[in-house]
Amino acid sequence: MAFLELRKITVGYDKKTNVLENFSLSVEEGEFISLLGASGSGKTTTLRTIAGFLPIRSGELIIRGKIYNNIPPNKRNIGIVFQNYALFPHLNVFENVAFGLKLRRMDKVEIEKKVKEALELVGLVGFEGRLPSQLSGGQQQRVAIARAIVIEPDLLLMDEPLSNLDAKLRVEMRSELRRLQKELGITTVYVTHDQAEAIALSDKIALLNDGKIEHFGTPEEVYNNPKTLYCAKFMGFQEFLKGKVVDFEGGYVVVDHEGRKFLARTSEDLTIGENVVLLARRKNFKPAKKETRNTLEGRIISRIFQGDTVLYMVDIGYMEILNVEMELEMGMLKEGQSITVCVEPKDCIAFKI
Amino acid sequence: MDRISISTIIMVLVLIFLIGPFVVIFISSFGTQEFLSFPPQGFTLGWFKKVISMDMFKESMKLSVIIAILASIFASVLGIPSAYALSRYDFMGKRIVETFLTLPVIVPGMVAGLTLLRIFVMMNLFSIKTTLLIGHTIIVLPYSIRITRTALENLPTDIEEAAISLGASKLKAFFLTVLPNIKTGIIASFILMFIISFNNVPISLFLTGPGVNMLPIVMMSYMEYYYDPSIAALSTLLILLTFGIVILSQKLLGITRYM
Repeated sequence: MAFLELRKITVGYDKKTNVLENFSLSVEEGEFISLLGASGSGKTTTLRTIAGFLPIRSGELIIRGKIYNNIPPNKRNIGIVFQNYALFPHLNVFENVAFGLKLRRMDKVEIEKKVKEALELVGLVGFEGRLPSQLSGGQQQRVAIARAIVIEPDLLLMDEPLSNLDAKLRVEMRSELRRLQKELGITTVYVTHDQAEAIALSDKIALLNDGKIEHFGTPEEVYNNPKTLYCAKFMGFQEFLKGKVVDFEGGYVVVDHEGRKFLARTSEDLTIGENVVLLARRKNFKPAKKETRNTLEGRIISRIFQGDTVLYMVDIGYMEILNVEMELEMGMLKEGQSITVCVEPKDCIAFKI
Repeated sequence: MDRISISTIIMVLVLIFLIGPFVVIFISSFGTQEFLSFPPQGFTLGWFKKVISMDMFKESMKLSVIIAILASIFASVLGIPSAYALSRYDFMGKRIVETFLTLPVIVPGMVAGLTLLRIFVMMNLFSIKTTLLIGHTIIVLPYSIRITRTALENLPTDIEEAAISLGASKLKAFFLTVLPNIKTGIIASFILMFIISFNNVPISLFLTGPGVNMLPIVMMSYMEYYYDPSIAALSTLLILLTFGIVILSQKLLGITRYM
């Protein structure tokens, strides 16, 4: 049996609407799971349900084989790292970290030892006497993490813990979080709307949309083989064509768009004659040389220089403007110039519409 | 340029208007004449000595202070949980409760005093002192709720959840994480309530009775019969006391941001 299990859980904030309905998820011991989704997808609700801040209307929450539905949040032994850290402003770093230990009536010597260990783990030794207001965002974050892990929780929950940090620090903290989690082996549920963060950190990702899991799998699976159209779009694929399935060829599906043939892979059961949409990532479009398949012609309407690459916005006279990201090596193309791009079949996905 | 000078002039006028009377009272309390006059003649501290030694003032001052302190304590005990409920929960009729709680601020003191008089005195429910205490508690309660609520709303709600997740019960979370962080607001409300209760005339006027005297009422009736500077001396003492309390608490806690 899985370590943490949500079985057909239904919860909601007001009487009329349920945010989650028959929601199921299972997490193995020691795993790092990300709940990934846009705002309003139910990811924070899921976290709050596990924490015990939201009453469960139906279904079961199981941790270590024990039903947790009616265990109050203060008896769950779950560590939580909040989005804005939620440090106690009137307590210094030591007192913040020691808070949970004091409630557990541990003796003074042991508290001091554990707090020291936790602060060592997050690299904040020497800051014991500071108040939260005297710390930088990154340091506050570390205190929040130390405070959550010092109680040796069965489960660690994190609600967008990096979203208040600047971009550089966020990337640094990512690897730090990953290291910490592996070192301690705490089963972790992590909420984020940032797909790069989820991919970098997680053992598994649950991609949520509208209170439902669209895809639950490893970062590689979710990134490369998104199960649904929503998933694909969330993971950075852009729609570029609609067409009809006309044939299958060597594991690929052949799609016809106004007489032109496109090859794409698919994770769905498609039949001939079905309408599909084709998607690919912007960095997978390349300038076409001799290729005859999977090519698109268009005109560059604007470009953004990004350093190693250039992002072109290409009008292909169809649907939305196509974003194409190309290496700089072939030189910069001009705005207004015509361009033919192609995308390899393996980088192109088809979904039913 | 024009606008600055005009606003400066207005500000100076306002200050004169506000502080002027205090200055007049302050200066006239040192006069040697038997009646209140401005500018006074001579200089004496005799009126201060007289006021301090008069039993009438001493007794009523004591009662006023006790009532003000007790009313502020009771109002805090009632007000802090109410403020917490209003700032943290949504419930049916919340708007009505909010309006109701601000009524004592809006309703003129005379009307409130009269109503309380009818209820308590006519029904002869409690002793006069208890009645006074209840009346004053009602009058100052909205200040406790409003100021505590402001303090609560500036405090993120998830620190309580953090405390709970670390093992604290809801009550413990409140006492360990919320209360210490709204302490300043609570002290600010206490000081304000004390001053409001201490200075209140209409409620005391209506609810007072034989043998029970509140300082402002005693001062009023004294003035009807005597016109010597002892009232000015007493006023000066009270103004200095109030001023001292406010300055001190502002220095220590920065309370004016809650008022």
